[in-house]
Amino acid sequence: MGRVRTITRRTLLVGSAAIAGGVAFGAYRLLTDPANPLRDDLGAGEAALTPWVKITGEGITLITPHTDLGQGAYHMQAALIAEEMDLALGQFTVDPGPPAPAYYNTAMGGEMAPFRSNDDRFRAEAARHVFAGITKLIGLMGTGGSSSVPDSFDKLRQAGATARETLKAAAAQVHGLAVADLATEAGAVILPDGTRVPYTGLAGAAAAIAPVTDVPLRDPSEWRLIGQPMQRLDIVAKSTGTQAYGIDLRLEGMVHAAVRTNPRRGDGMRRFDAEAARAMPGVIEVVEVTGGIAVVANNTWRAFRAVEAIEIDWADAPYPAEQADHWAAVEAAFDPDFLDATWRADGDVVTALGGAEVIEAEYRAPYVAHQPLEPLNAVALVTDEAVDIWVSHQFQSFVARQVAGVTGHSADQVRYHQQYAGGSFGHRLEWDNVRLCAEIANAMRGTPVKLTYTREEDFAQDYPRQIGMARGRGAVADGRVQALDLSVANVSPMRSQVSRMGLSAPGPDLQIAAGGWNQPFAIPHFRYRAYAVPGLAPVSSWRSVGASSQGFFASAFLDELIHAAGADPLEERLRLCDWDLARGVLESVADMSDWGTDPGPGRGRGLAFVESFGVPVAEVVEVTATEAGIRIDRVHVAVDVGTVVDPVTFENQVQGGVVWGLGHAMNCQITYAGGVAQQSNYHAHAGMRLNQCPEIFVRNVGAALGAKGVGEPPVPPAAPALAAAIFDATGQRLREMPFDKHVRFV
Amino acid sequence: MQFTVNGQTREAEVEPDMPLLWVLRDELGLTGTKYGCGVAQCGACTVHVDGLAVRSCQLPAGAAEGAEIVTIEGLGTPDAPHAVQQAWIEAQVAQCGYCQSGQIMQAAWLLKSNPTPTDEEIDAVMSGNLCRCGTYPRIRAAVHAAATKLREA
Repeated sequence: MGRVRTITRRTLLVGSAAIAGGVAFGAYRLLTDPANPLRDDLGAGEAALTPWVKITGEGITLITPHTDLGQGAYHMQAALIAEEMDLALGQFTVDPGPPAPAYYNTAMGGEMAPFRSNDDRFRAEAARHVFAGITKLIGLMGTGGSSSVPDSFDKLRQAGATARETLKAAAAQVHGLAVADLATEAGAVILPDGTRVPYTGLAGAAAAIAPVTDVPLRDPSEWRLIGQPMQRLDIVAKSTGTQAYGIDLRLEGMVHAAVRTNPRRGDGMRRFDAEAARAMPGVIEVVEVTGGIAVVANNTWRAFRAVEAIEIDWADAPYPAEQADHWAAVEAAFDPDFLDATWRADGDVVTALGGAEVIEAEYRAPYVAHQPLEPLNAVALVTDEAVDIWVSHQFQSFVARQVAGVTGHSADQVRYHQQYAGGSFGHRLEWDNVRLCAEIANAMRGTPVKLTYTREEDFAQDYPRQIGMARGRGAVADGRVQALDLSVANVSPMRSQVSRMGLSAPGPDLQIAAGGWNQPFAIPHFRYRAYAVPGLAPVSSWRSVGASSQGFFASAFLDELIHAAGADPLEERLRLCDWDLARGVLESVADMSDWGTDPGPGRGRGLAFVESFGVPVAEVVEVTATEAGIRIDRVHVAVDVGTVVDPVTFENQVQGGVVWGLGHAMNCQITYAGGVAQQSNYHAHAGMRLNQCPEIFVRNVGAALGAKGVGEPPVPPAAPALAAAIFDATGQRLREMPFDKHVRFV
Repeated sequence: MQFTVNGQTREAEVEPDMPLLWVLRDELGLTGTKYGCGVAQCGACTVHVDGLAVRSCQLPAGAAEGAEIVTIEGLGTPDAPHAVQQAWIEAQVAQCGYCQSGQIMQAAWLLKSNPTPTDEEIDAVMSGNLCRCGTYPRIRAAVHAAATKLREA
């Protein structure tokens, strides 16, 4: 294949296609490599030509494939299309659309490449292309890794621009005018005499012409929506109880199911006795499922009660039964046999530490649960011909295959109806609720089944954040940090997660090093080694994933070294900093927090910096040591995401990320006893409550190119900044989360 | 059993120990009231019963019979929101929004019983309502804004 042809094939192609009663526009990269197994899908036509913009005589629908988990993804996607398309916020509806390869995530793969964000050498850029290509090749639709904004920012503006210019061309043809004489505004093409021709009236004409391609994107100075505070599309519904979540779905003839599967996450039931449950009010059916048992009833609560009444003898856990043995396994993994990768080896740390007074410390981060407030649920209707599944999921393109694998249908017989999620934080990347609901509904063909988890079942079946430890060794001289040797041992979240999708993850797991190895600090001798701990409890991606614990380890130990050097935590970081964007957020947070001034008696201030998902974040936490315990007064956050799409959602996300990071560092952990998670509800795993919430001030520096996501990056610096503030106020070093094992909070 | 919900008389065939939450959601189709924990730890199921903010997951149907029950749907509507809902809209409090029905019902009760709450009083009354997304800074601001709206109304 010639080079020129290859480039042409990879050029951004734009297409439109007639759909029933209207026209569809889309911007997508066509996969035409003959060796590509997806080619057949594309050849089928419309399935691969899935649009972002649908116009019919009745109205305009913007397709927003990224799952809305509460982070405002639907609004963000729609606003980007509406910006270029000249639509006002009230002039369209949004729809998540069907899963399709055209919606592959262009940004998720690039972040998997094992290079630092400030590394723009050819090798790093090439690797990012390769990883991005993988997501394209498999048509990976995913919502995670703070990738929704970077994936959408250019692509969806392009889709809007294409739609706009094609509508203008259609209007020009219909009215016998030159395109150059036409304008667009608020959902209409404006003719030279001022006549408004609504887009909805042009659908038929637009469907009949070739789409207008290669439309340049507008200069930011022309933006009407991007960067301006907007009223979120879902805010009225969410303030009036009218937002429907997956758990609220009601279908004609629907029955309610509850489930219990092995809390030891092992093989399932050895024996059970469901006699009493079968006789309970409202019970319709008892269904044995993979790993456990379900009750189908005519009301959720009746199903809950009945499933709890089943006596079950569970199989053993495939991991150590007791928590102490989990920690022992982590400790034992600091061994060459378990070395996953040496991520950084600047200078010569062995020699540097050899002749120095070595500072040593050990850190721990526990398993932590996701537990969004909407419990896991799903609705399924299985018939002989098809399966309908209603659920909120972050891996949209895999749902059909998972369901088909359970019911025996083919994947193209499965219709997936994306639902609005009441939070996720990584929880809706897993498959148990999807598979179990399909299994129950398959046993009740023809009847729609809603599966709702009890909170207790949800806790028991949560795949928590990876457990891990770090061992730091370092040396200082002449008031400077000279050497840092950090080793971390973690359970690999990626390997655990993909194993449940029937896949394997080759190579080292970037996530067991993320947030620590990529510190933008030019310490003369800096080594970072990551060890993978085998054989422990299954884990999964938890908001900010690896950086949520490694950011704590790395930032907190650096803080200890800076203290030992007698240097200032900000000044020393600035001196060592080798990334302009990181320097920007450090300087910004110093300005916001009046860094360097006396915080006052009993008070302390702590600084942390962590980069995750390509976004540098610096946070300063201010605390007061009161008689009732540590009170968190204020948090200052400086981030650099480049362009902010919606400043309201941006601030809310950053504040929420800080609350998430602080709350779990304060009081949350999952521990195992008898192979079962000991924390069964929010009384034992609360996170932050309103009375503990500090004031949180947020700033975006805006020097980065493009637009990055901010769902996760504010999380990792929160814990180390809090630990540093508590040290500043009390002199006590916190090296283990949750901190309430060692200090009391107000 | 008969229930008075949002000013209407509603019937449901339920056992007396079924929590009001599940009568509302599964029997009466009022899904604005949310299930979060089932043990009064999160407040997502908060409704008003005879003027008091109550965790409906803890109130048996038998005890709710005959009482005046108000749910989020009865507090206000998208076209005619209650002052607290209006404040929530203007402050753009919600992220996922799943806890917000309960937060709003709790705040509406707070402001009815205490029209000028201090930050400490807001903390004391609102801390039983969990928000996993961390919208607390906006909830605080919205409660103050709603208090002002209600005073000026």
